[in-house]
Amino acid sequence: MRGVIIRKERVNDFLNALRAGYLLYAPVRTQAGPVFAPVNGATEWPWPAGNTLKSAKEVFLPQTETLFTYRTAPDGVQIEEARVEGQRVLLGVRPCDARSLTMLDKVFAGEGVRDPYYTARREKTVVLGLACNEPCATCFCTSLGGSPFGTDGCDLLWVDLGDRCLVRVVTEKGKALVEGRPEFEPAGDADLAAAQRLEEGALGRMGTVAVQGVKEKLDRLFADPLWDRVYEKCLGCGTCTYLCPTCHCFDLTDEVVDGVGIRLRTWDACMYPLFTLHASGHNPRPTPKERFRQRIMHKFKYFVDNFRETACVGCGRCIRYCPVNIDIRSVLAEISAR
Amino acid sequence: MGTTEKIREIAAGLLRDGKVDVVIGYGPGTLPLRSTPLFARTVEEAERLIWDATCGNNLAVYLPGRKDRVGIVVKGCDSRAVVQLIHENQIAREQVFLIGVPCAGIVDRRQVEAAVEREIKLAREEGPELVVEGDGWSRRFHKEEVLYGACRTCRHNNPVLYDALAAEPLPSRNGGPTLVEVWEKKPAEERRNFILSEMARCIRCYACRNACPLCYCTECFVDCSTPRWLGRATDAGENLFFQIGRVFHVAGRCVACGACGRACPMDLKLGLLLGKMNKDVLELFGHEAGLNPEVPPALNAFRPDDPETFLLGK
Repeated sequence: MRGVIIRKERVNDFLNALRAGYLLYAPVRTQAGPVFAPVNGATEWPWPAGNTLKSAKEVFLPQTETLFTYRTAPDGVQIEEARVEGQRVLLGVRPCDARSLTMLDKVFAGEGVRDPYYTARREKTVVLGLACNEPCATCFCTSLGGSPFGTDGCDLLWVDLGDRCLVRVVTEKGKALVEGRPEFEPAGDADLAAAQRLEEGALGRMGTVAVQGVKEKLDRLFADPLWDRVYEKCLGCGTCTYLCPTCHCFDLTDEVVDGVGIRLRTWDACMYPLFTLHASGHNPRPTPKERFRQRIMHKFKYFVDNFRETACVGCGRCIRYCPVNIDIRSVLAEISAR
Repeated sequence: MGTTEKIREIAAGLLRDGKVDVVIGYGPGTLPLRSTPLFARTVEEAERLIWDATCGNNLAVYLPGRKDRVGIVVKGCDSRAVVQLIHENQIAREQVFLIGVPCAGIVDRRQVEAAVEREIKLAREEGPELVVEGDGWSRRFHKEEVLYGACRTCRHNNPVLYDALAAEPLPSRNGGPTLVEVWEKKPAEERRNFILSEMARCIRCYACRNACPLCYCTECFVDCSTPRWLGRATDAGENLFFQIGRVFHVAGRCVACGACGRACPMDLKLGLLLGKMNKDVLELFGHEAGLNPEVPPALNAFRPDDPETFLLGK
């Protein structure tokens, strides 16, 4: 399919029509930056430039999630499982974030393990990507196999052509959303050419990071003195992992109040000492050095070992928001130089 | 000689003479309007040290528990943190060589970014001005216009303790109404709603805690699992409990450097909570943390004749 065209003044008609069957999520501006949130009233079109502060992962793997509640009753323990309700459309997802979903799929919806909560959210959500006409200076998706116009993880990919959008249909799920809708018309050759020019322009502006061979280097760098210095300024906070679209580690805890228990799943991060603290008091990653190494190793070695893919999509959030300006690109350069 | 050159000279001398094992200062960041902490262990590494209006991190955060001898670049607020850490036996006075830098205020990159509403590709300082550039545009600011709120009313911009100064002391700012003084006059309902909306945004990454030089507990109360004081859910209630717990824990110890708010990826106005606490401590105890190595912290001092009005009424 060549794609379809929607004029911008008709976008809201389309979104309003979607509301009949779907809950819409879109980037919503906040004081600190845009984040994905349900949009019930007027849509926030045009979507904000750049990327969202928090990634799209929280739409599928919320920071705090109730898995089930339980209570004691005269006839035993009653368990009530949380249900993932409703069909959803996620708008304005940048290609790096959309691609990160394919990586999270390998962890939560892959062979062997199928997390019912994550999987239900994925199945019930249509992902509308938004191509990056103007990549940021911190973007390096192309170095990791992505593209500012990439369609991995998208059901539809929207390309902003100014007064109109070209909508590329990627999956059947996406196709079902636009097929037969009166707001769309077939794309003309001029539209396709315009999108092509934007794509070439975006690709020409992408920063590059040499990641070739990093995995092979890391295979033998676990005990390297490199780690003694590279972590040194790290504060050990969780900003990088929490904003990262591919970091997915979580904690499970029970909160019990007045005989009613809630099993919670919450984000956790390898940067925290508690993450690996054993009940005995022993901690196999006792200092920030081991924890920093773990974060790099998980993304660029262990994930590759497990899933034959690097768990970084080059979105640049960790670079942008690190309180001490630790730049993953510099860390990768140091690894490459070993 | 500029401040940067002077810092390099002092640092190189310390390292060459073997007086310190490492100099912790600032190096150039990888993004516009950013610097980054730099650990120099050789004379060559000391050549990369810089000083400019983006050197906002409080480097005293790297001091607690160190065993080596450290040269460290300190602004006024950073030097107060060092004094406080010496008080609290987290670092020995003779272990640190303080390279003091009189500070004219740190530029708040978020304010600049919000004002230009475009991606900044380059930034440079020209005297009192800041020039930022992007693709085909450029804009000039007076640095004064885009300083962090805490810097605008900072009364302790010169280091309170130092072994060498990298520049002449600057005139102290006369203060003026602080953000807290303005904010605390707002109606209670408005303040309450503001705090709750801030707390709802918190993602509990603990960047605020970890950027704070005085938050050095081996086990933070939020990480304590037996018993667990704080629930794992990230919601306004739990987040507020964490933030208030932290504010109370640094009561009489906070040096008002603003590192917590700067580190926050969600741009929570943490300086207001801490500023309010600092104001209360000043009013109740006549104490500001880390100003004088000879004066013990407010909550470390005990006076048998303390009127204890908060217990017995006036």
